[in-house]
Amino acid sequence: MGQPEKDHRGVVDTATMEIVVAALFFAFAAVVMFDSYRLGAAWGSDGPEPGYFPFYTGLIIAIASVVLLVQGVRLCRQPRAAFVERGQFKDVLVVLLPALGYVLAIEFVGIYLASACYIAVFMVFLGHYTWKRGVTVGVSVGLFAFVLFERWFSIPLPKGFIERALGF
Amino acid sequence: MDELQSLMHGFAVALTLQNVLLMFLGIVLGVLIGVLPGLGGANGIAILLPLTFTMSPTSAIIMLSCIYWGALFGGAITSILFNIPGEPWSVATTFDGHPMAQQGRAGEALTAAFTGSFIGAFFAVVMITFLAPLVAEFALKFGPPEYFAVYLLAFCSFVGMGKGSPWKTIAAMMLGFGLAAVGMDTVTGQLRLTFGSTELLRGVDFLVVVIGLFGIGEILLTMEEGLEFKGRSAKINARVVFQTWAQLPKFWATSLRACLIGCWMGVTPGGATPASFMSYGVAKQISKNGHNFGKGEMEGVVAPETAAHAAGTAALLPMLALGIPGSPTAAVLLGGLLIWGLQPGPLLFVEQKDFVWGLIASMYLGNIVGLIVVLTTVPLFAAILRIPFSIIAPVIIVVCAIGAYTVNNAMLDVWLMMLFGVVGYVFKKLDYPMAPMVLALVLGDRAEDSFRQSMLMSQGSVSILWSNWLVGGISTAALLLLLWPFISALRERRRRVVL
Repeated sequence: MGQPEKDHRGVVDTATMEIVVAALFFAFAAVVMFDSYRLGAAWGSDGPEPGYFPFYTGLIIAIASVVLLVQGVRLCRQPRAAFVERGQFKDVLVVLLPALGYVLAIEFVGIYLASACYIAVFMVFLGHYTWKRGVTVGVSVGLFAFVLFERWFSIPLPKGFIERALGF
Repeated sequence: MDELQSLMHGFAVALTLQNVLLMFLGIVLGVLIGVLPGLGGANGIAILLPLTFTMSPTSAIIMLSCIYWGALFGGAITSILFNIPGEPWSVATTFDGHPMAQQGRAGEALTAAFTGSFIGAFFAVVMITFLAPLVAEFALKFGPPEYFAVYLLAFCSFVGMGKGSPWKTIAAMMLGFGLAAVGMDTVTGQLRLTFGSTELLRGVDFLVVVIGLFGIGEILLTMEEGLEFKGRSAKINARVVFQTWAQLPKFWATSLRACLIGCWMGVTPGGATPASFMSYGVAKQISKNGHNFGKGEMEGVVAPETAAHAAGTAALLPMLALGIPGSPTAAVLLGGLLIWGLQPGPLLFVEQKDFVWGLIASMYLGNIVGLIVVLTTVPLFAAILRIPFSIIAPVIIVVCAIGAYTVNNAMLDVWLMMLFGVVGYVFKKLDYPMAPMVLALVLGDRAEDSFRQSMLMSQGSVSILWSNWLVGGISTAALLLLLWPFISALRERRRRVVL
């Protein structure tokens, strides 16, 4: 992780990110206001309609996002600062993408097998451990979680074909 | 002295063998959470909350609040030994704590930090014992407008006292309210923002958001910083502890100031992090050793730790007495109360005496247990930190995924957790505050209910928020706090023009 030869070029600068986030806030506000308006955001016969409170919530977000957007655009004129450097971004993706793959795997093979594989793969490819150690740690964590949740807490977690084959 | 009698009763409730064991378990888990990057008080409790559903509420809250104390203690260990704040509120502890460790005085620094924490927490618990029942009694007279005004005050104070851009605070906070609106409207039964999805009927659970923002987001940030743990070893033995304790009384003034700052910042939703910085800053200015701060001055460890713990503990006062949490962690505990079927707020002191006083008594006991545990187990936790990040990171992500899934037994929540992980990462980098967002998400429905009821009372006129001196005073204070950043910006600009 802490290699000295990191790539320091920026992926995207902070001003652009500020603008993107402000725009996303505005989009969220628009969705909230639209849906609240659909439900009725006015004063009904029996008091405030269901969209009354969320509508104004959305309105305030919209106002704030416009201000932040303008501030973001102004920031563009100043010297650019990197939001994230390439080397850093790579490190983040290296964690984020396998984590997304892990969540996807839970859908198909259940949480225990997915966890064991995820930990093993992470340790081998990112921590440069041997497969033997990676698999040992991964399987132990998986088994421990299985005993903990299925046996002690009786909380059902997503299961896959292995658990089914074993009769759980 | 009704409170003392109630407190004694509380001790009787809290002091069962099972509860004391849960206290130890909670503290150890809490220190572990506080030490590990990516797990903190708020999301650690969020992950463990579903596991407590089968316990009695009193035992559950005793364990969860002990996790909270443990996390508060744990943050100091990483700050001092590794120069890595395990929690945001222990950033200020690194300033003098780590230099002390480099000089080979890690044991002294840790003892000073833990003892300071203990004193801060103890001070705050005493305050809660005597003040909370009074506040609750006062709040029993509150109607919907008063409640809404108090919510308004809590949220406006985030804007007024936050350090960053007020617009970002407003945007993040309102995002929380917007997310809280997802799902079935409790009053009319209408579906809001679900867009035909049955999965979204449940709404967006704040526990999932907390786990994503603080858990996954933190892991991503840690990765980016390319953390390597290069720690100092720590030995704490009885001699060091007693030597340090002998030195501590001369910092009584600093400690007292830190306690007061902490309690104030904790009750108002400033929280532990600003409290620790403020206390450090004040101590640096007032102390005659101030010029040595940053070079390994024990007073510089005592000041922020005492304040952080006092604030962390005091944050439970408004949660218990008013149902308004003073920090994200208190918000998660409040969410727990709701799930256990307890209505947080002043009625709790009337209807659930066992629960409230059991909890308050457990705060005294939990902190004593905490002090003992941390003083004896530091080497163990320091060893855990030496486990490489490439093992800890995937395990923490697995723990977070399990935690998010167990909230509602839904895969959608695990995906939402990942989404909020990315949101947390971006927010942190762009300085959007997360505490107001979490609080808005937790309190959204209640704030909306009190607003609707107030509006019904007044037939839609906002003037009800100024209908008597009490509600008017709170509302006015809220608006002043809301406008404060803009007023001070205007004054700043005018001053610049004059110059």
